[in-house]
Amino acid sequence: MSNAGFHNLKVMNRLDLTRRMMAQLKHDEAVIAGIGNTNFDLWEAGQRPQNFYMLGSMGLAIPIALGVAIAQPQRHVVALEGDGSLLMQLGCLATVAVQASKNLTMVVWDNGLYQITGSQPTASKATADIVAIARGAGLANSAWAADEDEFERLMARALEGGGPSLIAARIDNHPGVGKTERDPVQIRVNFMRGIGASKS
Amino acid sequence: MNDATTAANAKPWHEIVLATLKANDVKLIVYVPDRVLTKLIAALHADDFFIVFAATREEEAVGIISGAYMAGMRGAVLMQTSGFATLPNAIASLVAPSQIPALLFVSERGTLGEFNLGQALVAKTMRPVLDALAIENHTITRHDELEFIVDRSIKQAYATQAPVAFILSPLLTGGKVLAS
Ligand SMILES: Cc1ncc(C[n+]2csc(CCOP(=O)(O)OP(=O)(O)O)c2C)c(N)n1
Repeated sequence: MSNAGFHNLKVMNRLDLTRRMMAQLKHDEAVIAGIGNTNFDLWEAGQRPQNFYMLGSMGLAIPIALGVAIAQPQRHVVALEGDGSLLMQLGCLATVAVQASKNLTMVVWDNGLYQITGSQPTASKATADIVAIARGAGLANSAWAADEDEFERLMARALEGGGPSLIAARIDNHPGVGKTERDPVQIRVNFMRGIGASKS
Repeated sequence: MNDATTAANAKPWHEIVLATLKANDVKLIVYVPDRVLTKLIAALHADDFFIVFAATREEEAVGIISGAYMAGMRGAVLMQTSGFATLPNAIASLVAPSQIPALLFVSERGTLGEFNLGQALVAKTMRPVLDALAIENHTITRHDELEFIVDRSIKQAYATQAPVAFILSPLLTGGKVLAS
């Protein structure tokens, strides 16, 4: 989709889309959610042991997900990331494209804001097109979801595991709803148990 | 200098590092390159045991090996001193509070004959940061101590769920000098 088009997309809701994504997970897929609202809404959508809630390290949800995908090629891994967070660590898209992990899907919630810090505008509010950036980084399977139905279709296709996929969705400014557990060790240990990794 | 001064039958430092990683089942190596690490990186790429690739930033590399650890695969990051200087946030907000045994190999620039003032200054930030975060770290200067330090510290890192930094001194690696 051209840079001109991405403002005409339907503005959706992060929690609703997170729930739709979760409803499609049938094979204990791992889900890595980025800082703030992204993991608050993942928490609210329903806690499961295969979810990792990243409390700090803004921008590292996709790199963490890539590491999980490399270590467990049989398991599909979904990274959920905010637009501001991704803009901080755009280079990771190029790395993901080179590694070409078939079992990795990236979802970018684009509200055009650094919402949690006071809703300052991000570069993607007016000018930067996340999907065009991803394609430019070498991620051919990158698309805007025009509406909820298309989001679900894109997600279903991504979960088939044909290659790394990126789905971007324009979302509203509704704040994240859930209240994530705040103990990083507990989050890590639960996640490791959830994806069958023992402490090595 | 070390490559020249070690006994003829001693393995070069980078072979010892590679063998010790392998002996400890550390499979995933993510790096942002440094000239001093060239031979180590080339040897890792040439060995099918390892999954080896470059990340665009050291933080990204730390994220990748953290994810891999949580999914059951051991990993290490290779970088130079200025790369380490980009890491305090990733260490303090992900690795340390989550207790992830990240193995950080840092080629030490900025000392013992450095020619780049920027490198020399950034190097001065490294140990204070490691100490402030209470990260186990070893400066390795001697070839005969290399295997012991790396092997024991890797085992300790996984046994105690704690990151460790290996600072590879020019005394070990020969460092990088200005071509005259
Ligand atoms: C390195 C770093 N810089 C700044 C911050 C402060 N910070 C936390 S979340 C955030 C905004 C995240 O924006 P986005 O990913 O778009 O998510 P949103 O809040 O819009 O849901 C910022 C700037 C931080 N935690 N770490």
